[in-house]
This record gives sequence, C-alpha cells and structure tokens, in this order.
Amino acid sequence: MADLTTHIGNLTLKNPVMTASGTFGFGLEFADFVKLDEIGGIIVKGTTLHKREGNPYPRLAETPMGMINAVGLQNKGVDYFVEHTYPQLKDIDTQIIVNVAGHSIDDYTACAERINTLEKINAIELNISCPNVKEGGMSFGTSCPMVEKVVGAVRKVYNKTLIVKLTPNVTDIAEIAKAAEHAGADSVSLINTLMGMAIDAEKRKPLISTVTGGLSGACVKPVALRMVWQVAKAVKIPVVGLGGIMNATDAIEFMLAGASAIEIGTANFIDPAITVKIAKGIDEYLERHGFKSVKDIIGALEV
Amino acid sequence: MKKYIIDFKVSSNKAMGNNAILLKLRAPGQLPEMKPGQFVEVKVENEPNTFLRRPISINYADYKNNEIWLLIQKVGNGTRKLGELQTGDTLNCVIPLGNGFDTSAVKDKKVLLVGGGVGVAPMLMLGATLKAEGMTPTFLLGARTQSMLLEQELFEQTGKLYVTTEDGSLGEKGFVTNHSILEKEHFDKIFVCGPTPMMKAVAKYAKNNNICCEVSLENKMACGLGACLCCVTETQEGHKCVCTDGPVFNINDLTWQI
Ligand SMILES: Cc1cc2nc3c(=O)[nH]c(=O)nc-3n(C[C@H](O)[C@H](O)[C@H](O)COP(=O)(O)OP(=O)(O)OC[C@H]3O[C@@H](n4cnc5c(N)ncnc54)[C@H](O)[C@@H]3O)c2cc1C
Ligand SMILES: Cc1cc2nc3c(=O)[nH]c(=O)nc-3n(C[C@H](O)[C@H](O)[C@H](O)COP(=O)(O)O)c2cc1C
Ligand code: FES
Repeated sequence: MADLTTHIGNLTLKNPVMTASGTFGFGLEFADFVKLDEIGGIIVKGTTLHKREGNPYPRLAETPMGMINAVGLQNKGVDYFVEHTYPQLKDIDTQIIVNVAGHSIDDYTACAERINTLEKINAIELNISCPNVKEGGMSFGTSCPMVEKVVGAVRKVYNKTLIVKLTPNVTDIAEIAKAAEHAGADSVSLINTLMGMAIDAEKRKPLISTVTGGLSGACVKPVALRMVWQVAKAVKIPVVGLGGIMNATDAIEFMLAGASAIEIGTANFIDPAITVKIAKGIDEYLERHGFKSVKDIIGALEV
Repeated sequence: MKKYIIDFKVSSNKAMGNNAILLKLRAPGQLPEMKPGQFVEVKVENEPNTFLRRPISINYADYKNNEIWLLIQKVGNGTRKLGELQTGDTLNCVIPLGNGFDTSAVKDKKVLLVGGGVGVAPMLMLGATLKAEGMTPTFLLGARTQSMLLEQELFEQTGKLYVTTEDGSLGEKGFVTNHSILEKEHFDKIFVCGPTPMMKAVAKYAKNNNICCEVSLENKMACGLGACLCCVTETQEGHKCVCTDGPVFNINDLTWQI
C-alpha cells in the first residue's frame, strides 16, 4: 500500500479524499455504507450564524450528467451544531471540517469564532459564494477586494487551518485565489457550483423555485479541472480540487492538475460508498505506477 | 433501520396496465428488515439522461423468496429504461429508505388504504402487513380506466377492495372521494398514496370527519438519505426532508390548505 497521507497547511489527512459540503450531510447519514474513519476528511453541511430555512421546494432539477440545486443553505445554525451535532462527530477518527457561510462579514467571523473553540475541529472551509447582503447582494467570492476583506476578517479570529472555497462564477479565478492567499488563507478549495438554469418547456416554468441554481455533478468536471490547474499554478498554498469527481480516475486527474486533496460531492448521491472506493482506487493507481506516496502525483502533469 | 446497497437480480419484469411494469428483484442474501411505506433508490444503468437514482416504493416484500417487488409507471427516460430490464439483469438499490406508515395504533381499528394510479404500490405491502397481523384492510383504489388499475387480484386477496374509475369502466364512476363506501362506513385511520390533488381531497375528507390520516409524498430526490436537503416539504415545524422524515406524513404536520 502506498502512503496516502497528504497535507493542507497544518492539517494532516490520512488520505486525500474528503466529502464536499452539502452532499454528505454530517457524515452520520452515510455510516451504514462506509466506515467514516476511512475517509480523509468530512466537510459538513454549510453552517451559518443563525438558523436558515433555505429556499422553497422545488430545489432540484436533473440536467444532463448533473443536477442543479437551490437548497439555499438550509441549516440549524452554529449554536445547534456546537451543542447537538459536534458531540456526535468529535470521536470519529478523521478530520471533521465545518463549512462556514454568511451574509455579512460579521456573520462569518461570529460563526468562525464559535467553531474555533471546538477542540476536535482543526479546520474550516469558508464558503464565499454567498451573496453579501449588506453590499448589494453580490457574492463575496466574485471580487478581489471583497475576498480580501472577508478572508482577512476571519483570519483574525480563526487560528487553525483556514480553507477558502472559491466560486467558479468569476472572470479570473486565479486572481481570486491569489486574493485569498494574500489575506491569509492556508488553502483554497474549488469549485463550488456553477450558476445554471433549467426550464420545463411544456409548462413554460422554471424547474426550481429560485429560477437559477448551482450546477454540479459529472458535467462540471472539465471546467473544474481547468480552474484547479490555473489556480495551482497561481498560488503557493495547497489547493483542494472538486467538481464532478465520480471515480478514482477523476480524482487522480485533479491531483495531477495540482490538487493536494480532493472532495467528492454529487457522486455520493449516486453511490453512497463512493468515497472509500475512490481512496482505494487512488492507492491502486499509485501501486500500478510505482509511486510510494500520493504526494508524488500532486501537480505531476507533464505538459 | 440499517440501510444497505444491494445488487438485486431481476427475477421477472412483467408489463402491467397500459404503461407500467412489475419488477420482482431477488436479493443475493437475506432481505433487510423493511416497513410498508418505505422505498428504494434504484440506479438506472446505461441511460445517459438519468444521472440520479430514482425513488420507488416497495410494493411488496416476499421474505420467503428474498424478493422485493417494484411497481413502476413509465413516465420518463429512467423508468422507461427500467422497463427494458430482463430476467437475470442486475439492479443496484439503496434500501430501505424513509419512515414508512405508522401502524402502531391500528390493531382492531378499521383502516382504509387509498391508492391512486401507481400510488397503489405501497398499499399492497401495507395491506399484506396488516393482514398478517390478523386484520382485514379495506382498499379504495382509483384509476383513470379499468385497464389502468394495477394488481387488482392481489388487492382482492389481501382485503376488501373498492374501486373508482374516472370513466366508470370498473367500480363506481368518479374519483376515490366520490365512492359511496365513505358514506356507508366509518374508518378510524386512512393511509393514502397517489397524485397530490387526490391526496389533498382524501385529506380534506379525513380532516372534516376527524379521522387520523397519513399521506405518502413523492418529492424530487437526489440522495434519499437526508444529506442534500433537496426534497423538503413545508411542515408545521419548518422544512422537513421527505426522504427521511417522510415520505409518510400525518396531514396535521403538513401545511396543506384543506
Ligand atoms: C418516495 C417515492 C416513492 C415513489 N414510488 C414510486 C413507485 O412505486 N412507482 C412509480 O412508478 N413511481 C414512484 N415514484 C415516482 C418516481 O420516482 C418517478 O416517476 C421517477 O423518478 C421518474 O423518473 P423518469 O426518469 O422516468 O422520469 P423523468 O424523466 O425524471 O421525468 C418524467 C416526468 O415525470 C415527472 N416526475 C419525475 N419525478 C417525479 C416525482 N417524484 N413525482 C411526480 N412526478 C415526477 C417529471 O416532472 C416529468 O414530467 C416515487 C417517488 C418517490 C419520491
Ligand atoms: C445539494 C447540494 C448542496 C450543497 N451545499 C453546499 C454548502 O452548503 N456549502 C458549500 O460550500 N457547497 C455546497 N455545495 C457545493 C458542493 O460542495 C460542491 O462544491 C459542488 O457540488 C461541486 O462538486 P460536485 O460536482 O462533486 O458535486 C452543495 C452542492 C449540492 C449538490
Ligand atoms: S433527497 Fe437528499 S435530503 Fe432528501
């Protein structure tokens, strides 16, 4: 067996396979199918300072090789997480990472501060795809100054590993990644969902309640891979790659493009045991090619 | 209840009614424990337009032969592809999912099981379970026309069967809520599965007559596991997942305007 250990800043992962926020619940939902401690890291559902009901139904449309969702960050709020969910997660022998979302800088910092107190949580993933309600509703993650502001503010209150999750709905994702790095991020993860839309022609109606939503699944992979490649070249901090990873080969491609770790999202819906299969598949690939460590394939693309 | 990912083998695929199929699927080992009203998420292979799994109710659990039955209406690419399955083919299912019907307080009560269209599917397993406990369930099933009423004989063998068809070709003419049995007999509990307008009409009847009523919802799903939060319905306590808190809900917990 090859050495699958990988690092994201100070964070050590036993293998590079993590779960993408919002696609794996809190992990417990999948405990019948996989041994949770065989997953490199579990990134739990997006958590906000206050409870959120999310968007009205329908929130889901299937599209060719993918899906569009408009869940709208439904969650019970950070206090509920700390009091009720964290106790159920803290003894799982893997890295539990909380995905933190907000609609103002104060929301983000208050939420991150609260998570900072949790002993067994060694990292947060900052979801900056949310609209900045105080400044016109434009997504935090779409302008470099706004990224610097929110990442800088969270950096001040959060002293463990800070991963910043980037939205692909931007002109130049490498510039955004550099802004996050400059503001103190330990790592960037990408991509979040691509803005998309689906229509029911017969009814002349949108298929989801919010008209537009986030596209994910196999169909986004080529875009995600390209962005991971561009970002990995632009920054010095480790990159976490995701978007449309359905199998071990997809995961390996992201690592070759420069990702130090990967996340599995929508694929969990199609095969609830996919995470551990991908970890095993990466190991087989390393053996087959004579690599001793998974680190040997990070950024190993020959161009 | 523990959930499993199981590769079932198709033991038969039979055309039913105008546009439906009955799939009998054999498990490689013992069937897991299941409750009536629960469902499976099936993986449709070799159908490029079907990316996600498809939720299908458990129509019947045959523990003797380690088989589950799925009664499926062909409405789109995924279900049409399932219609092509041949004996011996493999079908991957995540099973069992959802809460199921609450049968804890129905002993010696008069229960009515209402099904419309392919919504009759979970009612067979529910009826069979009640029958096994020594009760005689009453079924009230609705279809557009005689040829679209599914599994008629099996329902007749399991309990008392009343039928409505929209064209009057079988049973009483009209919708299930027009059936005279609702005037003649009193029921203590009603279970319903079918198109939403039908479920709402039955729920309204139940509410007006102070009868406890459970409905089985069919929201669009991605994971079926309570992880993605795509399948929510509005309830008295806010959004709840149809895949885990449901698919069966007591009508008093929903926010239906009835
Ligand atoms: C808990 C649950 C149990 C179910 N049990 C059964 C069952 O026992 N037998 C059965 O035949 N079907 C059942 N369904 C519905 C079944 O899941 C859908 O018909 C199926 O997913 C359609 O897939 P498709 O690829 O054929 O159609 P698609 O190509 O996805 O859609 C074709 C058409 O069907 C409509 N449709 C798709 N999904 C649904 C849905 N969930 N509800 C209503 N309309 C829908 C679409 O709007 C579209 O107009 C159940 C659904 C749920 C949530
Ligand atoms: C149903 C659903 C819910 C999601 N919720 C979140 C979330 O709460 N926070 C977040 O940062 N990303 C969320 N995402 C985005 C995923 O984490 C991931 O970035 C995206 O789906 C792309 O990866 P994939 O193609 O492998 O799914 C969600 C995605 C889906 C499909
Ligand atoms: S379908 Fe994913 S939560 Fe219900």
